[in-house]
Amino acid sequence: MNDSENILEELDRILQNGLDALQQIQDEAQLVGWRTAHLGRSAPVMQVFARMGSIPKELRQQVGQKANQVKVALENALEERAAVLRREALERKLTAERLDVTLPGRLPAFGRAHPATQALDEICAIFIEMGFQIYRSPEVETEEMNFELLNIPAHHPARDMWDTFHTTTPGVILRTHTSPGQIRAMREMAPNPIRVILPGMVYRYEQTNASHEMQFNQVELLAVGQHITFADLKGTLESFARRMFGENARTRFRPSYFPFTEPSAEVDMECFICGGKGCGVCRGSGWLEIGGCGMVHPVVLQNGGYDPAVYSGFAAGLGPERIAMLKYHIEDIRYFWANDIRFLEQF
Amino acid sequence: MKIPLSWLKDYIEIDLPLLDLARTLTMAGLEVEEIQLVGLPDPYAGLPADTPREFKVTGLSWQPDKIVVAQIDEVMPHPNADRLVLCRLNDGTGEIIVLTGAPNLFEYKGKGPLPKPIKVAYAREGARIYDGHQPGQVLTTLKRARIRGVDSFSMVCSEKELGISDEHEGIILLDDDAPTGVPLVDYMGDAVLEVSILPNMIRNASMIGVARELAALLGKPLRYPQAKLPEKGPSMKGKAAIRITDPTLNPRFVLGLVEGVTPQPSPYWVQRRLRLAGMRPINSVVDATNYVMLELGEPLHAFDYDVLVRRAGGGSPTIITRAAEPGEKLTTLDGVERTLEPFTVLVCDTAGPLSLAGVMGGLESEVSPQTRTVLLEGAAWNFVNVRRTAFHQRLNSEAAYRFSRGVHPALAEQGVVLCLQRMAEWSGGQVYADLVDEYPLPPQDPEIRLSEADVRRLLGIELNAGQIAEILNRLEFTCRVEGDEVLAKTPPHRLDIGSGETGKADLIEEIARIYGYQNIPSTRLADPLPLPRSDAALEVEKQVRQALIRFGLQEVINYRLTAPQREMRLYPPENRPPEPAYLTLRNPLNPERAVMRRSLLASLLDTLEKNARLSERLALFEIGPVFWPRQDQVLPDEPIFVAIALSGLRQPPAWDNARPPYYDFFDLKGILECLGSDLHLQPLRFEPAAHPSLHPGKSAELFSGDVRLGVFGELHPLVKEQYDLLTPPVIVAELDMQAILASRQSRRETQPVPVFPPVLEDIAVIVDEDVPAVEVEKAIWQGGGKMLRAVRLFDIYRGEQIGAGKKSLAYSLTYQADDHTLTAAEAAQIRQRIIRRLEQQVNARLRG
Repeated sequence: MNDSENILEELDRILQNGLDALQQIQDEAQLVGWRTAHLGRSAPVMQVFARMGSIPKELRQQVGQKANQVKVALENALEERAAVLRREALERKLTAERLDVTLPGRLPAFGRAHPATQALDEICAIFIEMGFQIYRSPEVETEEMNFELLNIPAHHPARDMWDTFHTTTPGVILRTHTSPGQIRAMREMAPNPIRVILPGMVYRYEQTNASHEMQFNQVELLAVGQHITFADLKGTLESFARRMFGENARTRFRPSYFPFTEPSAEVDMECFICGGKGCGVCRGSGWLEIGGCGMVHPVVLQNGGYDPAVYSGFAAGLGPERIAMLKYHIEDIRYFWANDIRFLEQF
Repeated sequence: MKIPLSWLKDYIEIDLPLLDLARTLTMAGLEVEEIQLVGLPDPYAGLPADTPREFKVTGLSWQPDKIVVAQIDEVMPHPNADRLVLCRLNDGTGEIIVLTGAPNLFEYKGKGPLPKPIKVAYAREGARIYDGHQPGQVLTTLKRARIRGVDSFSMVCSEKELGISDEHEGIILLDDDAPTGVPLVDYMGDAVLEVSILPNMIRNASMIGVARELAALLGKPLRYPQAKLPEKGPSMKGKAAIRITDPTLNPRFVLGLVEGVTPQPSPYWVQRRLRLAGMRPINSVVDATNYVMLELGEPLHAFDYDVLVRRAGGGSPTIITRAAEPGEKLTTLDGVERTLEPFTVLVCDTAGPLSLAGVMGGLESEVSPQTRTVLLEGAAWNFVNVRRTAFHQRLNSEAAYRFSRGVHPALAEQGVVLCLQRMAEWSGGQVYADLVDEYPLPPQDPEIRLSEADVRRLLGIELNAGQIAEILNRLEFTCRVEGDEVLAKTPPHRLDIGSGETGKADLIEEIARIYGYQNIPSTRLADPLPLPRSDAALEVEKQVRQALIRFGLQEVINYRLTAPQREMRLYPPENRPPEPAYLTLRNPLNPERAVMRRSLLASLLDTLEKNARLSERLALFEIGPVFWPRQDQVLPDEPIFVAIALSGLRQPPAWDNARPPYYDFFDLKGILECLGSDLHLQPLRFEPAAHPSLHPGKSAELFSGDVRLGVFGELHPLVKEQYDLLTPPVIVAELDMQAILASRQSRRETQPVPVFPPVLEDIAVIVDEDVPAVEVEKAIWQGGGKMLRAVRLFDIYRGEQIGAGKKSLAYSLTYQADDHTLTAAEAAQIRQRIIRRLEQQVNARLRG
């Protein structure tokens, strides 16, 4: 009786010793030592199992159960201790690994489209949404395409509106606008309806300065059909302005003159910098000129192969660089083709 | 065109505030570019500070309490100064002594009290005016000062001091009826509208033209100046004759005569108006011609009749109009002897040329202060000839400006009559009771039939025939309504209305302008859409651009204009090809931009050069056309290329990687390989290239399938020397966009993702140095068969272990079957087949 009571007490001690020792453990290596000492083959609790044969039969069950409980308790304690140690170790590691997050990041090599491409794409995308198709035409043109067929006869005062680069080939010039594309598109598509955007580079014989370039992009719109009105032109350009500059962008159409459109208009947009209150960008006026437009002139329709008595159309021209200059406050148009990387990398 | 408000008011009642007036004109196509105040208050004064400045306002506002009309009752000598006088002046509040140096008062000095007081513009102490002694317009405030012992705190003003003109010779002498004591602004405060005249609106380059537009816009009556020839008076019969040799050059020629004139300074208000409109007063005869030109838009020319009589040998002169003979000469009134071209039209008499028709008068027959009889010309000219003459002679006269854009012949007669009347009013003299008028070619003032449907079809607004006629009537068209149609006859002052469909469009523009663009609704296009249309070239261009951007390259866009010697830098100096044919400008802005580029690569290298010192890493590309003239075509070919240039650090440097390696051949090759797979081109092939611009050992031609896409490699050192570049090698490529388009795979399939695990193994083989890697890899693929899925070169070794002239290539291989897990035996078999192939095809041996 005493023996068995002794064994049960001994098991209590074994458990207590084990737990006490475990509390002293501070790292993984000690933990392995503890495991050998308290749960290994020669550990005290294991010795109790080994001595089972010598325990009176009637007590065996009770001792066995108790020994098992002690063993399980030690194992659980070991797991808990191990978890605590892992957590503590991780916390020490995380604390030690603190970076100076203000150091600069490692830059990926990344490229950009040229700002003129970006502006051109942005404008084209809006018109493509409205059902317009991109149509490209040559940059070197005949005078006939660039002027005569657009209702600008030689010696007409309107010729003064374009300073032209002539080539040594008589009658061949650098196009002064994308408008010759109107004739090309019409001749290709007549008598079908047309909705095209004509983007591309145009050239002017003009001394370059901060606001004038000898080469710049234009985006021209052309819609031809049997029911196209000036009201449609207004609606189309107003929609464009809202998509390009925001829902509140207000536009204004002022009568103007272009030989290839009639009626013709200049399109002003309420200055998006100051909201029309007047600022440096709009020179205080509250309005920005963004392009010219009008109903396609009957002579031009005729030259394109459309009967002006049946068909009508509108055309509009926008300057992507100018729009980009307004939008990003670019002060000098010459930046565009100077290609200084310090400029290009800002887009 | 400068339009003084006061002058405009001669023809139309205007009660609109200045800004509303400017806006009304602007929104009708007469853009007001500037409002120059000449006394009137600033329209923005008193408005909230954040009011947009819709119009640019300049000039001076005269303070009503500081600047007034005053009268000088006596001009007295200054006790201490000969060049100054003292004026006894009354400004309506009392008598003041004012000091002035104005030379135009000296004639009254010491004459005692004047029988007729002199009316002047008087500025009191504290007045803000322009400083008359400084160049330009410098504002100053009048302060009390002591000049030569006399107190001075106020002054009598010149035009310059009041911002009327730059005239500072003497003070303004107002007309005698100017009311003493009244604020000057109320008496003659004014504003000048600077109106931009569109090329098709030359009819509005006059006071009446602008007034007529306003009348139409505001629905107000227009008051034409009343002018007619005297009912009694001498007749011109036998006094002058006209011979027009070609009516297409000179559709009309009108002559009038006034005798007994005395050229003298014009009345002050005439001089002031001329100055405000930008012209310099000369004398009352010349001023009358300029005044009426500005008033009506018809340029006129005054001849000294006595000079013409003398040239005609004492008889009556005959005016002849004709084209100039080649080499004919005329000295114009600016004193320049001009050699004439056959397109120039001349006004001549029997003795020879008198003036350049519609452009400038001749020196000899010009009116002078001695002129007593004036023969006045009003004519109509072919605008093309005037334009060509003015352009050729570089003469931008007011007359040429108008005639080169087309002036209606009806104005010739109106102008002459009006001018004769004004000339006689301002210069004295007797106007003859008739004119000599040759009018061989009256214009057809078109009559246009316009329907309600036409207006609806083009403008998208509903106007009935009555409303259409009403609008056109306001512009002086004569209209007849017939059902839903209007028959509109063009008024005889404009040449810009065509016939047929053009005429309809011309009228519709006028209707839209007067109706107001702002009143036309905005609608969405309702017309049927065209069929969808694809532009494969554009799409592939976009894909290439997007791919290169994703690969870390910066797009640039260059001038397409360049110089041949600039492009020639692409070749080593000793290996330059003959200069190719360029599309060359006839009128280049400078020699550096004289031809259209033939090479996109040359263009890109220019940019690389410009940026060489700005960035340690340059990875640039450009997509764009080059221009190749062709013998068999009028226009050049404009093929589109893509050029790439890499130079400098391979990656952006970082604080832990300050010197990444330089870009080399394989960086660009990798970019091109990725481009090929990104665009799903046919498999790429690389062959050593021989290109004069490139390093012979570090360059390759790029093929996709059978299509040659272009060439790439390291820039030849001798070429690199041509550019101002730094140490790092420059790796470039130039690819033909059309070829890229052609080599796209029309169809492609995806492979299923493998289910069974792969077997990975490495193999290293030793081959001769000159065996290209691509041949080794080809043998591996052929030996491996369909179970071989991937081959990746991971190491190249050269060294003593394997002997000279040899290299070891180490590959990582992936074997895989679609339907089972490969066994070790199968893998060994594949390996054996590969080794056999390598031994046979490239004489390889396995590295131990």
